[in-house]
Amino acid sequence: MKNVVIGGFEGVEGVKIFTREWQPRLTDDKTWIREQDASFEMNEPDAYALEEALRLREKHGGEVVVCSAGPARVQQVIREALARGADRALHVEDQALGAADAAAAAAALTGAMTEERFDLVLTGLQSDDQGHAQFGPVLAEKLSIPHSTIIMEVNVDPSTGSGQGGSSMRVKRELEGGWFQWVALPMPALLTIQSGINQLRYATLKGIMAAKKKPLETKKLADYGASPPPAIKELSVTLPPPRPPGQIVADIPTLVKKLAEEAKVL
Amino acid sequence: MGNVLAFCEFQGDSLRTSALANLAFARQAAQAHGGDVIALLVGPGAQAASANAAKFAPKVVVVEDGKLDHYLAETYAPVLAKLAKENNASVVTATATAVGKDVMPRVAALLDAGMASDIAGIASPGDGKNTFVRPILAGNAYSTVQISTPIIAVTVRQSEFEPAGELGGSGAVSSGSAGDVNALGAAFDHIDAQKSDRPDLGDAKVVVSGGRGMKTGENFKVLEELADLLGAAMGASRAATDAGMVPADWQVGQTGKIVAPNLYFAVAISGAIQHLAGMKGSKTIVAINKNKDEPIFQVADYGVVAEWEKAIPELISEIKKLKASR
Repeated sequence: MKNVVIGGFEGVEGVKIFTREWQPRLTDDKTWIREQDASFEMNEPDAYALEEALRLREKHGGEVVVCSAGPARVQQVIREALARGADRALHVEDQALGAADAAAAAAALTGAMTEERFDLVLTGLQSDDQGHAQFGPVLAEKLSIPHSTIIMEVNVDPSTGSGQGGSSMRVKRELEGGWFQWVALPMPALLTIQSGINQLRYATLKGIMAAKKKPLETKKLADYGASPPPAIKELSVTLPPPRPPGQIVADIPTLVKKLAEEAKVL
Repeated sequence: MGNVLAFCEFQGDSLRTSALANLAFARQAAQAHGGDVIALLVGPGAQAASANAAKFAPKVVVVEDGKLDHYLAETYAPVLAKLAKENNASVVTATATAVGKDVMPRVAALLDAGMASDIAGIASPGDGKNTFVRPILAGNAYSTVQISTPIIAVTVRQSEFEPAGELGGSGAVSSGSAGDVNALGAAFDHIDAQKSDRPDLGDAKVVVSGGRGMKTGENFKVLEELADLLGAAMGASRAATDAGMVPADWQVGQTGKIVAPNLYFAVAISGAIQHLAGMKGSKTIVAINKNKDEPIFQVADYGVVAEWEKAIPELISEIKKLKASR
């Protein structure tokens, strides 16, 4: 394979919720959460996509390039990806990309990625914060390449296929009700990766040191022409009302009685 | 003014239950847009399912074509985009299923449409017709978003919409053509099933889920016994699926399935936000955990502080007793 890339980071940047007790607080105008309460970390589904890219490289060779479109602060996440083992990075930077929707983020990366001619583009299924799950398929459409989503297994066959890398692959996507669809894809193609497809590795001290010397190319959004204005506007954010408090019941017989007579669900 | 094109999945000669959530949304959207609901059925068997679809929509368009024998985003997305234009649609919508989530972003890109994914509802009418409410931050908050493009794309979260009822008449059925179909080299390979007699996790009325505290996959057998007694689907927390105790597609949570059954059992599950996002829409939640401080008890309607090793066999025997007494 010529290249493997972990593209984009679905939400451009993930707002990671890192403790289970964490309750979001809203900004004064109630249009977003207070960013000082959250930390910007690698979007978890993207971490699985990166891991899959690293595993494919270990098996089939090639190179893992991290691509992201976003404001300057995404470089922290890019460095993390390099520390975990990616070879180099490409960052299309613009402050306005912090509010980009999928179409704008895909447009920002399309130019840069066309120049690179990747064989395989991997993204996380969705972002932890907005969860649009649009970026991957939209980018595939812009690049005129096939895609498949909710991927749970990737089998690359280096000996067959007519793609530019001379490889093709079969991928397993998750459907409902315990069903899975296997799709055959040429290269180049784009996959969105389901969380849990593999076991994540974390950066080692050696990896962190090595990452400092790895190439990180920054391009300005303006180099690729204007990005479309976001078509989706966030008007407000509300927190759901807490569930009414439940009850601790003494034992199993009491539970069954209450489920049958009070909740009427048995 | 514009119509609402609702891409509906079907099985055999009827619409899937998931498609009825889509049509429920489509009716609301059609009212706001001053147009009609058009149900779009694509693929082999579309004609056969059209009579059923016509009970739920005033207009039905079917597209059958040898090149559309298996679902692929590459071939279906241009068909949806083409039919949207031909039918003067200002809204294109699908349920957020494995197919809907896969095809709609591509449709949106083809139509230069802004897209709202996985919506939970339409915002109050005063906010404009293209304003929707959708869950964000793993279900910890809801965002109200407005789409500003002339054509918009939407996927709807099945559990947030009551299935559309029959209209009490029969809609008009017509055929559409697929146009040029190019799979860009992608091809359907085959379908695999993890055979199970249990109901689908997404549709089940009762779900029994286990977490990290179950310790091993072998230990899930007792939960499966409980599930089979109740006709329930099996679920699991991310911790249990990541540890390889049970299949990955049992996962309930932000990164797994979103479920809203009548009755949800969370056994030996701590209640991480990730998991709560997938099940807190359940009508009645039962938590069984040996640690009384676990956050799962904050969302549970009924909590029992007990070790599962003792509690589950007792629960099975008590439910059997209850059933025998009826």
